[in-house]
Amino acid sequence: MAAAAPGLARSLPGNETVSRARRARNLAWWSVAAVALLLVIAPVVWVLYGVFQQAVPNWHWTVLTQVTTGVGGGLANALAGTGVLLLGVGVLVAIVGIGCGLYLAEFAPTGLLTSLLRSASEVLSGVPSIVIGYVGYVALVVGLHWGFSLLPAVIVLTVLVIPYVAKATEIAVGQVPLAYREGAEALGMARSRMLRTVVMRSAIPGIATGIIVALAISVGETAPLLYTAGYSNSYPTAQLLHSAVPYLTYATWTFYDDPSSAVKALAFDSMVLLVVLVLALILASRLIVRVTQKHSPARAAGGGGRRAARAQAAKARPAR
Amino acid sequence: MNGGEPTDPTAAPSAPSDPGSIPGLGASDVATARRSQTARVLERVLAGGSAVTAFVPLAALVAMLAVLVVQALPAIRYNGWHFLVGSAWNPGSTYSQPVRSGGIVHLPGASYGALPLILGTLETSAIALLIGFPVAVGAAVFIVEKLPPMLAGFVGLCLETLAGIPSVVFGLWGVLTFGPWLARHVYPALAHLPNVPVLDVFHGNTGYGEGLLTGGIVLSAMIIPLVAATTRDLLRQVPEATKEGAEALGMTSAEVFRTVQFRWVRTGVIGAAILGLGRALGETVAVALVTGSVLQSATNIYGTTTTIAATIVSQLDTAQGDPTGLYVRVLAEAALVLMAITLLVNVVARRIVHRASRGVALPVGVGF
Repeated sequence: MAAAAPGLARSLPGNETVSRARRARNLAWWSVAAVALLLVIAPVVWVLYGVFQQAVPNWHWTVLTQVTTGVGGGLANALAGTGVLLLGVGVLVAIVGIGCGLYLAEFAPTGLLTSLLRSASEVLSGVPSIVIGYVGYVALVVGLHWGFSLLPAVIVLTVLVIPYVAKATEIAVGQVPLAYREGAEALGMARSRMLRTVVMRSAIPGIATGIIVALAISVGETAPLLYTAGYSNSYPTAQLLHSAVPYLTYATWTFYDDPSSAVKALAFDSMVLLVVLVLALILASRLIVRVTQKHSPARAAGGGGRRAARAQAAKARPAR
Repeated sequence: MNGGEPTDPTAAPSAPSDPGSIPGLGASDVATARRSQTARVLERVLAGGSAVTAFVPLAALVAMLAVLVVQALPAIRYNGWHFLVGSAWNPGSTYSQPVRSGGIVHLPGASYGALPLILGTLETSAIALLIGFPVAVGAAVFIVEKLPPMLAGFVGLCLETLAGIPSVVFGLWGVLTFGPWLARHVYPALAHLPNVPVLDVFHGNTGYGEGLLTGGIVLSAMIIPLVAATTRDLLRQVPEATKEGAEALGMTSAEVFRTVQFRWVRTGVIGAAILGLGRALGETVAVALVTGSVLQSATNIYGTTTTIAATIVSQLDTAQGDPTGLYVRVLAEAALVLMAITLLVNVVARRIVHRASRGVALPVGVGF
């Protein structure tokens, strides 16, 4: 292998410095990689196609307006129930997840306790959802006599997604350029005010993305809800306890092998609704990233950060 | 964005009428002092409140472990080591009078050996990793090196969608569409592979598409987004200069990947793969649907089986029919075993990832 003109090996395809065997191996490797890429894209296309292909022939828009009955009906109650669950999880995880991330990024002293808290959050994200669901069932539904209801379901889902929001918040707060803080401090801003007006405001896109991920996970979860939320054929009530909550994944999981074709169709309809909801959430998070990247001066953390800090400072000045 | 001025309720206007105002001090000074005091209180509230929430994950973990252990204790005493090595799973006769042995009330004939579930869990996840890891890494390399940014963005969207598709949807697709397709078109061909070691695991009755291999393949689609996205992001961080250096030596792009890029990202990618493994081990409804949820070990690679998670979700209903309550407790023991396995896997993965993120830039080009 006397590499005469190394740089040419790439620029001239017919160059003799790269032996035929090596070129063949190169081609083989990239073919394998291309096939791998196809194998990644294929299931996405196939699943989406399969979901719509099964649901569309029997699709009725009344699915969105009627409640489930024993012999068919619609999924309006499940849709509403999923909405209520999302609302509950959204509120609870916003409080606990953001608080947790903010503490770890901002207030926590470096030490054993902090690293214990941080690893607890990471470990929690690895606990299987069915285990959390089982504990929810045994401890909350049965142990505290709450019954299948909203509160245990929301608690179980929130515990499941806290790590995602906490991590997103910690990263987002950590990425706020130092210059922002220095600018705020130079103005004599109190720390609480700096956090509110400078740090949290520039961390919002990252946190919002984290919450959306948490909501997308919540939409798609089945296992932890089966034994905490229950299911009912009517709309969810305003009660936190003792009132079962219908939700979409239950319909998919339970109705698909029902002997009645009308009930079976509901399983396919619920899959369409689930996929549409998840896709909407994914697109929303992309939109947030795109919009904030376009408008945020923090895009380039170096010079941009300083300019942004000045802009922020200019904004903050009249308030004094 | 929001130029609105944060209003401070204790600000100037009310200051002059303040009975506590000290003569000689201007009203604005008092206001400032008061404001900074409010700010200090606010900061303390913020720090204290967020500190409380920061304990939630730890508290949740400890509480879950405590509930599981307390719940499982009678089952652990009743089953003993048999739970981990036995393979007979029999809740006993519901129609007979409960009996008492060793201080535990149970149905006659009740015997719980979870080995098939544990094996099923490990086997499906191992298959998922064996398939998912190379596919994810190959795809990530292609995305980074060959795709124009627009297409890379689209593939990124595909990866996010793959990660976002609810597992119950995956499971149903697996059981209704993908499994039968595999059984018709792929498994017969696999069963005719040459009868040599390793490849001979594919011999035998190919079944109807529900079972170990289908479960593993469907699970791999759930590992892939995590591993592929991590690998892609890590590969993008490999400094150009190291690649250029390798190319200047006359390496082909495949050789550059093998000798430079992959070594650079290896630790992080392996960590991501182990995290994916942890996710596969705990995956529930998709596996319950596509493995057949039969409480036995698979007879061959196509055979129906189940996993710990799938057993918990599919048996909890039945378990409530046990008047002695032992079956529900046995499921707690199963959940403990599952939690132990996934926690072990996760801790190992986090260790590796942490080491990787500290030492990404070891070989060359630290200053980039």
